[in-house]
Amino acid sequence: MAKTHVTMKVNGAEVEGLVEPRTLLVHFIRENLLLTGTHIGCETTHCGACTVDIDGMSVKSCTMFAVQAQGSDITTIEGIANADGSLSALQEGFRMMHGLQCGFCTPGMILRAQRLLQENPSPTEAEIRMGISGNFCRCTGYQNIVKAIQYAAAKINGVQFQEAAE
Amino acid sequence: MNDMTPTREQREAKLEGMGCKRKRVEDIRFTQGKGNYVDDLKLPGMLHGDFVRSPHAHARVKSINSEEALKVPGVLAVITAETLKTVNLAWMPTLAGDVQMVLADGKVLFQNQEVAFVVATDRYAADDGINKVVVEYEPLPVVIDPFKAMDPDAPVLREDPAGKTSGAHGPRKHHNHVFEWTIGDKDLTDAAFKKADVTIKEMLSYHRTHPSPLETCQCVCSFDKIRGELSIWGTFQAPHVIRTVVALIAKIPEHKIHVISPDIGGGFGNKVGAYPGYICAAVASIVTGKPVKWVEDRIENLTATSFARDYHMTTEIAATKEGKVTGLRVHVLADHGAFDACADPSKWPAGFFNIVTGSYDFPTAHVAVDGIYTNKAPGGVAYRCSFRVTEAAYCIERGMDILAQKLGMDPAELRLKNFIKPEQFPYHSALGWEYDSGDYHTAMKKMMESVDYAGLRKEQAAQREAFKRGETREIMGLGVSFFTEIVGAGPSKNCDILGIAMFDSCEIRMHPTGAGIARVGSKSQGQGHETTWAQIIATEIGIPADDIMVEEGNTDTAPYGLGTYGSRSTPVAGAAIAMAARKIKAKAQMIAAYKLEVHEGDLEWDIDGFRVKGLPEKTMSMKDICWAAYNSVPPGMEPGLEAVSYYDPPNMTYPFGAYICVMNIDVDTGVYRIRRFYALDDCGTRINPMIIEGQVHGGLTEAFAIAMGQEIRYDDEGNVVTGSFMDFFMPTAVETPHWETDFTVTPSPHHPIGAKGVGESPNVGGVPAFSNAVNDAFSFLGSTHIQMPHDYWRNWRAAKELGVFAA
Amino acid sequence: MIPGPFSYHRPASVADAVKLLSTLGDEARPLAGGHSLVPMMKLRLATPEHLVDLHGIAGLKGIRRDGHKIVIGAMTTQHELLASDEIRQSLPILHETALLIADPQVRYRGTIGGNVANGDPGNDMPALMLVLGAFYRLEGPGGGRDIAASDFYQGAYFTALEPGEILTSISIPAGAAGHGYAYEKLKRKVGDYATAAAAVVLTMAGGKVATCAIGLTNLHETPLLATDAAKAVIGTSLDDATLGKAAAAAVAIMAPAADARGPVEYRKHVGGIMVTRALTRAAARAS
Repeated sequence: MAKTHVTMKVNGAEVEGLVEPRTLLVHFIRENLLLTGTHIGCETTHCGACTVDIDGMSVKSCTMFAVQAQGSDITTIEGIANADGSLSALQEGFRMMHGLQCGFCTPGMILRAQRLLQENPSPTEAEIRMGISGNFCRCTGYQNIVKAIQYAAAKINGVQFQEAAE
Repeated sequence: MNDMTPTREQREAKLEGMGCKRKRVEDIRFTQGKGNYVDDLKLPGMLHGDFVRSPHAHARVKSINSEEALKVPGVLAVITAETLKTVNLAWMPTLAGDVQMVLADGKVLFQNQEVAFVVATDRYAADDGINKVVVEYEPLPVVIDPFKAMDPDAPVLREDPAGKTSGAHGPRKHHNHVFEWTIGDKDLTDAAFKKADVTIKEMLSYHRTHPSPLETCQCVCSFDKIRGELSIWGTFQAPHVIRTVVALIAKIPEHKIHVISPDIGGGFGNKVGAYPGYICAAVASIVTGKPVKWVEDRIENLTATSFARDYHMTTEIAATKEGKVTGLRVHVLADHGAFDACADPSKWPAGFFNIVTGSYDFPTAHVAVDGIYTNKAPGGVAYRCSFRVTEAAYCIERGMDILAQKLGMDPAELRLKNFIKPEQFPYHSALGWEYDSGDYHTAMKKMMESVDYAGLRKEQAAQREAFKRGETREIMGLGVSFFTEIVGAGPSKNCDILGIAMFDSCEIRMHPTGAGIARVGSKSQGQGHETTWAQIIATEIGIPADDIMVEEGNTDTAPYGLGTYGSRSTPVAGAAIAMAARKIKAKAQMIAAYKLEVHEGDLEWDIDGFRVKGLPEKTMSMKDICWAAYNSVPPGMEPGLEAVSYYDPPNMTYPFGAYICVMNIDVDTGVYRIRRFYALDDCGTRINPMIIEGQVHGGLTEAFAIAMGQEIRYDDEGNVVTGSFMDFFMPTAVETPHWETDFTVTPSPHHPIGAKGVGESPNVGGVPAFSNAVNDAFSFLGSTHIQMPHDYWRNWRAAKELGVFAA
Repeated sequence: MIPGPFSYHRPASVADAVKLLSTLGDEARPLAGGHSLVPMMKLRLATPEHLVDLHGIAGLKGIRRDGHKIVIGAMTTQHELLASDEIRQSLPILHETALLIADPQVRYRGTIGGNVANGDPGNDMPALMLVLGAFYRLEGPGGGRDIAASDFYQGAYFTALEPGEILTSISIPAGAAGHGYAYEKLKRKVGDYATAAAAVVLTMAGGKVATCAIGLTNLHETPLLATDAAKAVIGTSLDDATLGKAAAAAVAIMAPAADARGPVEYRKHVGGIMVTRALTRAAARAS
């Protein structure tokens, strides 16, 4: 099958590659760009481990072809840290609130949470739960992920994070 | 001394030792997408393998034609059973003493069984290739129901043991029978039932489900022909065991096999066993001389690698009319699928199911388990539980509720009446275990007070009256569960895998500057060992946890260990770590005595170093001792500061807990609402409360999923109808309830630090709590037992059968 | 799970897309959000030789008001529907329903056109289109035509779309002032199709139902308009007996398949309950 030349911006850098039309975006990111932080968990658009941010949208990159991302602006987990290399508020929140265990869902979860907070800077718990409902986690039971996102929201908004009482 | 001298509290805090909520060191890489999982590995020239799988549950394989597949660009080889026979690998041994086809040899025995392995330059070409392999099948009659598998005229599934009247675990009674395992005193138990005032009998099914970690099973195999060495990177919960198994079956010297478990994206028991993908990737690498990657997709994971449960437990309890239990009798029909690929200690074909007497003082009990073959995927792994312990806990905890209902007693009261008393520990159970410690009454009462149990029962009574009056269509249930787990397999006297005793190990080396490395035989899949193991060492030897690097998973560098499953890491590897640290400390004490010019006995330990008794200003810190270990040890002592411990535990540990679930169910739709879930766990000494809480949250979420809908379900033709994340119930943040956690601390008397293990408790205790809540909700309508999973339509069916919709 | 090979086309206009589809014939499929088609391709249950990606056609996006009608471009995503004030005000039931479709990521990509044109009985929007009296604009090699949603669905994955035709926009009369609406969807979890769902739009006058339309999702091989059920409630104050009659009339036309969501009897039973709940909630919202 003839290959197609694609160019896009990933984590701020212009990248290019030759792909088959059927090459899934997640495979292009992982295998051509060697950005392996984006994971594959189900391949049927359910688990969200492959979530990346494309032109301001959270997208499951297992259900989009690389050719469709021509010219787009993509952020993966590798592009999330602060400019100085320190952990972003969300990354820090996940660590401080124990919002991860095996770490496999974490990149997709953080990407999704970042878009959620950009659209809704002070979400309620219910809004957070709904907002991450396209991302499965098998380890944490989500409770500490919710706290991690609340922690990050508070930090971004410059307010004191207060854990809800048990 | 000056103002800068740290206080004792500051010195303690700096260590971040046991008991503190140390933040995880793993998270630095995981939150940045810098984990190192198997599929992230890319070796030069690496090929990709993928399976042709059977669409049939039972069929003869008439022919396999690879001609067209080999024409597909990029396809290099198609491996079949015939290929594997040339290297004697068409079949492989299972951990349970059975054998399993690696690739279909003459017939297929379950849907999605591996039939051929296509090797290609990349995963796209491999997928193209598998679609071009033509397999001719002759379908055979299918057996899905384990109760029908033992009919005299049931189709013969396994032909390889034809005529064999005994298997790995004794006599076989039928051509679809795997084993019978019995334990306990049958006569005494029968007598107890004859004398009993009250008995109950109920068939309790624990349906087939699947651990389904977010990362599927996968590996990369690379055979170096020049050196004759095989390297395997894989999602292995027990890398050393995998290496030994490979050495035994592939006849490659064990030192020439390098097994590496990198970061693992969750295991939950799914990644204990050996799967055909590993064997095929290894053979493909040997055949092609190139590295070969095999990555399972989700459908393959759910339908072909190890399932869990599928236990059908006919449960009987005998009791006095006052509610004192006098006997327990359980018969289990255990559906093992096409091959007995349980991952249990070798001598335990039904795992530790004999923990089924639970937290109660049963004078006598008897258990019989019949293992059965059916046309379903092989396995029987411990999905977030010690071997068959969740089945046992479900059995007894449902049984106690059914008994309470028959006696007209409150289920909590019945439990309190029958608990093993604190003074009875160590307690010898009727089925042969020695419970090391426990204080069940305190835990139960704390739970009841915390949730206002009496108040909830009052509310339930009022709700029932309102329902009867037609004022509400919701019914309310309280699900009480009090579990005792048995974890930490295990003592060499009764636990081995393929003859290897189930010890675990730790090697600590302290470097001159006071920082060190600990290598351990366990393997984290998310439990946070890199964080918690360092905390144990920090407390034991007074070196900050931040200065200890923990390494696991590389069989060349880690000491031999049996891996992580069955909540065994803390009880076994955790003990080895403490013991290795104590060896370091003992040598350090000699060095300190030498340097301080006192006798060893004149020294006492003080947080992060030694001090001379009575002379508190005369001290030597562990950090300084590390330096001294490399330049001024006492005459005759070897330099360096390194220790190894292989720990053979004297006993299992017995974590326990009191859980309660408050649930409302809308009878019109069967939709449930988890109003509250409270979990009190006693896992002995608590190493990192943050991580314990996380483990409990995760285990409860899996318990919720299993009890309320997560099943691997087959239709009559043997097709899996829940084979993807569309239909296999995987709760999201929206469905998952809020969890309340609590604890008591009853340290294990035989464990060096008193810890017991916790990762699996919430699953073991959670499932019966949910199921008891559903059953409790329906009980006033006349129901005794409703089988899991309790998904909406089954709840509706229960309501309908109980006459709720009668005009 | 890798799709078979195909050629990729990204036309810039509807005319080009139509031309491609009619030239390439049966082996070509239009690609919208892709969340139904791509998984099918990965399972090789769909193996089109050509994909015609509609994302390059600017004219297929957007929500505008045309007199008393709302016109929605076929490539408008669920996320864009949710963000639209026009939808929130004029067709609030679309907002309520879009929130119940799949999950946030899927809603960023999933389009209303794909949802209604695919013919999947599990999709939520088609029942709404029946209830709202929507018309679909189809463009094909022979030109354009408008078709009522009620004439569009012929069977599971089988619609009135002719070879080479694509759905370009949806035209929906704005909701009447003070109308009540509700979409009741019973599902096992986020991301699931409905076990049963009912859409209701009604108006009330003097405490009685003046007009009413009821649609059903995933209870038949096509979305259904429950006409008899709707008739049963007109002129009533939705008392219990009427609700019972309406549910029974709706259940009478349901023919769902048994699947992991439950047996046929259950799905019909809860289908009836969704109807009564949607009626009750819609009535409470009407003014």
